[in-house]
Amino acid sequence: MKCDSCDKPATVHLIEIKGGQKIEKHLCESCAVDEGVAVKASTPHISDLLEKFMIKHGALEPTQQTVRCEGCGMTQEEFRKSGLLGCPHCYDAFEEALAPLLGRAHEGASQHVGKVPSRAGIDEIRQRRLMQLRRELAEAVDAEQYERAANLRDQLSRVEAEDD
Amino acid sequence: MTEHASDKAGQWMRGGGPDQDVVLSSRVRLARNLAGYPFVGRADTNQRRDLLERCRMSIARADITPGLHWVDLNDASSLDRKLLVERHLISRQHSKATSPRAVAISEDESIAVMINEEDHVRLQVLRTGMQLQDAYDQADVVDDVLERQLDFAFSSQLGYLTACPTNVGTGIRVSVMLHLPGLKLTGEIDKVRRAAKDMHLAVRGFYGEGTEAVGDLFQISNQTTLGKSEGQILFDFQDVVIPQIVEYERKARRALADHRATVLDDKVFRAWGTLSTARLLGSEEALYLLSYLRLGLCLDRIDSVSMQNVNELMLLIQSAHLQKIAARPLGGPERREFRARFVRERLGA
Ligand SMILES: [Zn+2]
Ligand SMILES: [Zn+2]
Repeated sequence: MKCDSCDKPATVHLIEIKGGQKIEKHLCESCAVDEGVAVKASTPHISDLLEKFMIKHGALEPTQQTVRCEGCGMTQEEFRKSGLLGCPHCYDAFEEALAPLLGRAHEGASQHVGKVPSRAGIDEIRQRRLMQLRRELAEAVDAEQYERAANLRDQLSRVEAEDD
Repeated sequence: MTEHASDKAGQWMRGGGPDQDVVLSSRVRLARNLAGYPFVGRADTNQRRDLLERCRMSIARADITPGLHWVDLNDASSLDRKLLVERHLISRQHSKATSPRAVAISEDESIAVMINEEDHVRLQVLRTGMQLQDAYDQADVVDDVLERQLDFAFSSQLGYLTACPTNVGTGIRVSVMLHLPGLKLTGEIDKVRRAAKDMHLAVRGFYGEGTEAVGDLFQISNQTTLGKSEGQILFDFQDVVIPQIVEYERKARRALADHRATVLDDKVFRAWGTLSTARLLGSEEALYLLSYLRLGLCLDRIDSVSMQNVNELMLLIQSAHLQKIAARPLGGPERREFRARFVRERLGA
């Protein structure tokens, strides 16, 4: 059987009921994808296979592409590659991935014991705000958006000047 | 800069401290970062410049004794930077980088604060011999003074937040430089290496990270920084681990003197012979020979040279130091010739 839309052999066969009428459709794979009635065939790609293989063998843990630090914009992937974190807030953002690593590096410890700064530093929210403003400022300067940059500099000095 | 001092070793390297027969020097390093900024690796040039300026002003305002000199590493020549590496005042990484960065150094070189290395602030205090507690006490004071000027990134759960998770918590690295020719000659050095590893300690060569132990000099440092207080880390290190290694080394030396005196003397006097007559001398060979000379001095097998002289030579035979002393650049072969002459003069040969 040939595809309804082209001359390639039909591999997707559909029966739709529209307004009480039965409609039969016979489409090739690519036309079915185009019409939105099928998802692309799931022949696994070699890189997916490799990744799954490596996960099985512990070389790579499953990654969540979307894990990103709000403070500096670093992704978990970037952290994995460099081994260095991007900013203090990365410790929160990548908490899950960091826990086993910290355990291995520090004889299983997960809680700080020892010196504490004698005066309380600036609070979390303000730190995060400063970090974000500095990041936006860097982006604005990079994109030569000088007006935006000047604006961000003003905001930055206002947040910096807030009494702590 | 440190020009006037390039033919002398910093106080911490001249020797004379407690347990100096085995412990050359003690070092404490604290890693700190400014809150509200990305870590150095993620900061762009403007942010790094901003960080540098902030730290420079804070150090200038801070009441630190002895006072610190600011060295902008972007303005320093590569020879000066190499000199600072050889004197253990900056890391190789810090020397080679090209972005805005600096180091603030006290006149006596006991305090060095690296700015924009892996962390925004890396404060180190050096002492001669076994004086870790003393080094920590001073580092703690300087840290307190800086903290009055700068907001350090800190969390109640994870302590001081650092770019590398292996430094988080106290951010402290305590280390000692040990001279272990006895354990090397009796073949027991690998036992020490293994034991150190089991105790979560790192063992490195004289020139720091990733280097082989030349001249039987080993740098041992803690690796755990989270879950133990500074006091506990110091205690484990200076009151438990290091005294044991020092005792092993002394025992090995005594065994050599008691049972293999001729072999020992042969090593010591050959070293003396070569150092006082050689016309060409490589830095590794020189360090290896100085190591035997030092061993001979500690065991009273030889008295033709002082301990301070040998300690200083271990530092001064390095290539940037020699070129500073010569006051001109020296290529490889020329450097070996100059080194040999310099050593002969220093030994009065
Ligand atoms: Zn088709
Ligand atoms: Zn971050």
